[in-house]
Amino acid sequence: MTKKAVSMKNFVQKIPEQIKRLSIVFFFLAAGVLLARAYLVPTELKESGIHRSKTIQTEISRKGSYSESEVCSECHDDKDTLKRSGFHKFLACETCHGPGAKHAEDPETTPPSAPRERDYCSLCHAYDASRPTGFPQINPLVHNPLKACISCHEPHDPKPTEVPRECSACHGGISRTMAISPHIQLDCTTCHEVPKNHKTTPRAAKPSKPESREFCGKCHAEGSDVKGPPRVDMKTHGEKYLCWQCHYPHMPEAR
Amino acid sequence: MDRRSLLKKLFFSIPLLVKGDLFSSSEEGNPKTQKTKSKYGMAVQVEKCIGCARCVEACKIENNVPKEHSYFRTWIERYIVKKDEEITVQMVDRGAKEYAVPSVEKDILRSFFVPKLCNHCSNPPCAQVCPVGATFLTEEGVVLVDDNRCIGCGYCIHACPYGARYLHPETKTADKCTFCYHRLKSNKHPVCVMVCPTQARVFGNLNSPASPLVRVKRMKNIHVLKPYLNTRPKVFYTDLDGEVR
Repeated sequence: MTKKAVSMKNFVQKIPEQIKRLSIVFFFLAAGVLLARAYLVPTELKESGIHRSKTIQTEISRKGSYSESEVCSECHDDKDTLKRSGFHKFLACETCHGPGAKHAEDPETTPPSAPRERDYCSLCHAYDASRPTGFPQINPLVHNPLKACISCHEPHDPKPTEVPRECSACHGGISRTMAISPHIQLDCTTCHEVPKNHKTTPRAAKPSKPESREFCGKCHAEGSDVKGPPRVDMKTHGEKYLCWQCHYPHMPEAR
Repeated sequence: MDRRSLLKKLFFSIPLLVKGDLFSSSEEGNPKTQKTKSKYGMAVQVEKCIGCARCVEACKIENNVPKEHSYFRTWIERYIVKKDEEITVQMVDRGAKEYAVPSVEKDILRSFFVPKLCNHCSNPPCAQVCPVGATFLTEEGVVLVDDNRCIGCGYCIHACPYGARYLHPETKTADKCTFCYHRLKSNKHPVCVMVCPTQARVFGNLNSPASPLVRVKRMKNIHVLKPYLNTRPKVFYTDLDGEVR
């Protein structure tokens, strides 16, 4: 036996008998408490603290004053279809009309705001040097002063349309990418509707993008008449998103 | 089996019992962890922001933020870089009467808007410093404040490297962006995202490959604010100017 082991043995022997027995009792007490804790403490407390789940509950139950454009279009479907084709298509109703949750619950007594002043449109459309190039801006002082914007511009749909032929003169990058893609045989205008004045004022009159899943589905849905393109089950594939939100249409990757 | 070996076996089986029970309850017992696997984040497309401050206004209405200047859950900064490389940062406040849009100056090299909000860090400094544990990270990656627990000491407000917190003058507690947590459960976007007229803000689930946010992260040049602090923000900026702090 080594020296260390001998000294250890001496140490253990020196501990009085009653201490040894007491320590066993204490050990079982501690084990019992731990066991009881594991069984009795509710999972909420063990997870992240009960106050956290309470905070989350109060946050969820909070009522906001804003609703959603989808809710608006349930009644105002005329404005919704008007807005769909124009430049303001991605604008939420409540961007201009203000919070509308109350109006959705009680349409008669709580009408939302409908800004008609020049000042309101110029919040976005007045010239500002810091705004990105191409964003439509006017100088409110010289652009038909004192006349209300909405007397000339329908705020739900401010835009004209017609189709040009060639695109690659400006969009070389896209046309070269498309040249080596499975979509090579498609004309640009198959998918994009191009406004007449897109050539003269390219940024002010932007071409459209496909707005529905059915558009891509014309070739890619199961049961389509077109021969060749890969098929997907439109009902299960891609949830609610438009096809081009995941697949780059000028160079669609097979996944 | 004699008494000694029985006791011995009992003795060694105790830790197994306790451990096994603890693990099973924490992993399987909570149905919440199994249901929600979404991790929310936001992308801010700086090149699309027109600085109209619709988001700021909508956020103040939706979340009962005081109307006064200097209380913000989200705000917009205007960066002006002059030709001599001097940089000025202004707070955009279109509601204020004294706010004037700067006229075109010849010595300006470039200027642009940067929307800011809580970055919902995966490693949040504000939660680390809170002495009472009132600030925490939810399973969805949103940083929340417990109003009842917060003592309003303001430590988190100083600790936030993005200046995203303020002391609410009425409740006297720290307040901040919650990604409009009350809207998320009904699958609505935060109001700032909804009202943005140019879709400069993109909101989504970082764990879903089909979400628009992941698409932006895939297609654009992405940067986060102050990456050297290792806070791992979940607010991503596209094509961010190097001068933005």
